[in-house]
Amino acid sequence: MPHAKSIRQERARFPGADALSRVSCVLVQPVLTRIVRNVADKHPSLFARLGEHQATTYLIDPVELPFSLLLRPDPEALSLQAVPRDRLPQAGASIRGKFLLLLRLIDAGEDGDAAFFSRGLDIAGNTEAVVRLRNALDDIDGSIVEDCASMFGAPGRLILQQLRKTYGQANARS
Amino acid sequence: MQDRDDVLAELICPAGTPAALRTAVDAGADAVYCGLQNATNARNFPGLNFTPDELAEAVRYAHARGVKVLLALNTYPPAGKVALWREAADLGARLGVDAFIVADMGVADYIARTHPSVRLHLSVQAAASSPEAIRYYCEHFRVKRVVLPRILTIPEIRAIRREIPCEIETFIFGNHGLMVEGRCSLTNYLTGQSTNMDGVCSPASAVEYIRHPDGTMSAMLAGFTIDRFGADDKAGYPTICKGRYQAPHRPEGYYAFEEPISLNLSRLLPDLISAGVHAFKIEGRQRSKSYVRNVVASFRKAVDDIRAGRPANIVDLIALTEGQKETQGAFETKKWR
Amino acid sequence: MAANITIGPIPYHWPAAIKLEFYRRMAEEPAIDEIYLGEVICSKRAPYFDNHLPDVTANLMAAGKTVILSSLAEVMLPRERKATSDLAALDDIELECNNAAALYARGRRPHRIGPFMNAYNEATIAFMADQGATHICLPSELPAPSIAIAAAAARALGLGVEVQVFGRASLAVSARCYHARAHRRTKDNCQFVCEDDPDGMPLTSQNGTPFLRVNGIQTQSESYIDLLAELDDLDKLGITHFRLSPQMVDMAGVARVYRARATRSISIEDAGQQLRALCGATPFSNGFYHGVAGYQSVPDLAAG
Repeated sequence: MPHAKSIRQERARFPGADALSRVSCVLVQPVLTRIVRNVADKHPSLFARLGEHQATTYLIDPVELPFSLLLRPDPEALSLQAVPRDRLPQAGASIRGKFLLLLRLIDAGEDGDAAFFSRGLDIAGNTEAVVRLRNALDDIDGSIVEDCASMFGAPGRLILQQLRKTYGQANARS
Repeated sequence: MQDRDDVLAELICPAGTPAALRTAVDAGADAVYCGLQNATNARNFPGLNFTPDELAEAVRYAHARGVKVLLALNTYPPAGKVALWREAADLGARLGVDAFIVADMGVADYIARTHPSVRLHLSVQAAASSPEAIRYYCEHFRVKRVVLPRILTIPEIRAIRREIPCEIETFIFGNHGLMVEGRCSLTNYLTGQSTNMDGVCSPASAVEYIRHPDGTMSAMLAGFTIDRFGADDKAGYPTICKGRYQAPHRPEGYYAFEEPISLNLSRLLPDLISAGVHAFKIEGRQRSKSYVRNVVASFRKAVDDIRAGRPANIVDLIALTEGQKETQGAFETKKWR
Repeated sequence: MAANITIGPIPYHWPAAIKLEFYRRMAEEPAIDEIYLGEVICSKRAPYFDNHLPDVTANLMAAGKTVILSSLAEVMLPRERKATSDLAALDDIELECNNAAALYARGRRPHRIGPFMNAYNEATIAFMADQGATHICLPSELPAPSIAIAAAAARALGLGVEVQVFGRASLAVSARCYHARAHRRTKDNCQFVCEDDPDGMPLTSQNGTPFLRVNGIQTQSESYIDLLAELDDLDKLGITHFRLSPQMVDMAGVARVYRARATRSISIEDAGQQLRALCGATPFSNGFYHGVAGYQSVPDLAAG
């Protein structure tokens, strides 16, 4: 079934969603900071391909998560922040899709153009910024996602495994 | 340099980044094609392509594994900027690329005179679609291979093959260009950036997607609405030739040139081989490693099956196609025209 | 010495009677120096007018016009290959090559390079001159700084240099016929539906304004290129020929306006007003020349 429909369904709000979203942001922030530092240290070549869009802010919006992510891939002021959905800031570009699709895109496990053609991926704002980020990430060998999961040892890898399994099943059903 | 009938069905694979190049090589490419980070090639897209150092490393990586590297210099230098193309050719020759893919006669002439030992392939951007046109380039620039425009049927390709002194390369998968390549200024008309001179087609900097409250999405190019997709419609690239417009007889709006769709000739591979096609080209330097890995591996297997006399078992690649649709385009029937 | 005014080949499938009348008027018009004849877009249309070509050529020559035969932009089918080589075999008339197949057939005998030949730069122009080209029509998307360099190179080699200064720009050609497609037909079964649109078929984006014109396998700009305000500059750059591409307007009148402006016997403002009066509501553009989006109309600074 088309991804687009499911993206909208994931958007349904529930009472207390905003509060949950804000609490989640606080909890997850230290992890995000470690992740983004780790990626930047390991893959400095990424920044050259981003060019002028190092200064662009990207809103990465995994539809099932209670929060969105704000990425600023500036090597001088690198940040990845969790932001509550009811307080989404202005961003240069936004990328929206299911969480594991986004993970697979980061790892070149899935093709970004194909995800876009199938409408599983929504992009808005500065299209060139999105294309640059995609190409920069795609030029990285190995798995950023696995690297990050490994930062958290065996529990991290286990969670990732579980996530991928869930995603695989969800895709098989759709 | 190999004989034209030596290795039929060579697989020519796209590489937009060094990582994609390694992926293509590892997935079974016979040759990879790539470009520099400037207007000298027709995929001059943001964040894509190779620095000189990256190209040097790419040539080493590919050659160590017996894979050729073809450098695309397939755009048309505007007067006053020819030096950029010449420098790119000099660089490629110095780094030992196996061939240049060219379209412009001035560029071809320069390489033929300055780097006579490097093979010249005639790009699809040169739009040579008759034996006479192809012979023109062969005789003047010693072109060794022509990449045929995607407008010919297989019997027509067979007939051309008998009348030309060079190898034939055809596209077998990927973006399905509708206009005669190298003769299209549609992008420049709307954006001020030229496909021929700048190497762009619907440049990302001019593209904007607008989500509407009803779930539909508009694809805009420089403020012009190219298409509006329903919430469940499949999408394609925001190119003018894949847009939906109105005409006096089509007030409902229609795909005036072509719908979002990709070329897939996997079922025609044996016919193409028997028609004398020397090399199969996979489009998609702008695509991800994931695309390269899947498409190259599946065509590698198909070509190996055919060479071994086995029926080719083609993997389903529909998920990677534009609009999630595929066509055999002009190759199967004249009705496409 | 002001540049020559030329009339490009008729891009549309006008009925033979209309074409005959058109060329009768062109023959009478003193503002016109040179005329390109022949079917450039679709080989299926050629038989409708081929038998008139000898008479039309003779009449135009008798009226003192230089006549050049233009070859097909796209050569693929046997009939297109034959038409191209037959044309190239003619020795008593000038030939404009619009496809490498025509260059091949022509060999080193003198010929002109048409706008479909992609003569974008000085290196290509030098090569073409070496092969016998006498005259180059530059691609219409070439911006002014490149026109300057290309023109200087061509002039130094003794070539004529031409720029399209009026009429719809050719933006693309294809193997597929989009006129037929609009009517749910194929190219082989088109029934010459393009004849119903002597000014092309407008395509309207969902913004609501027409922006392209379909002419069989060709896609044109909706706007007419208009370089009236740039003629002085083109003249200074050494452009020897100003090309007017035929549209469904009073082309003799258009030629008079351009001639008057080329000889500076009329102001840019007056010329512009006269051209506007001749062309109805069709938008004008000069974006390609000024290095911006082709459809745009950049106000001329010198005129202001």
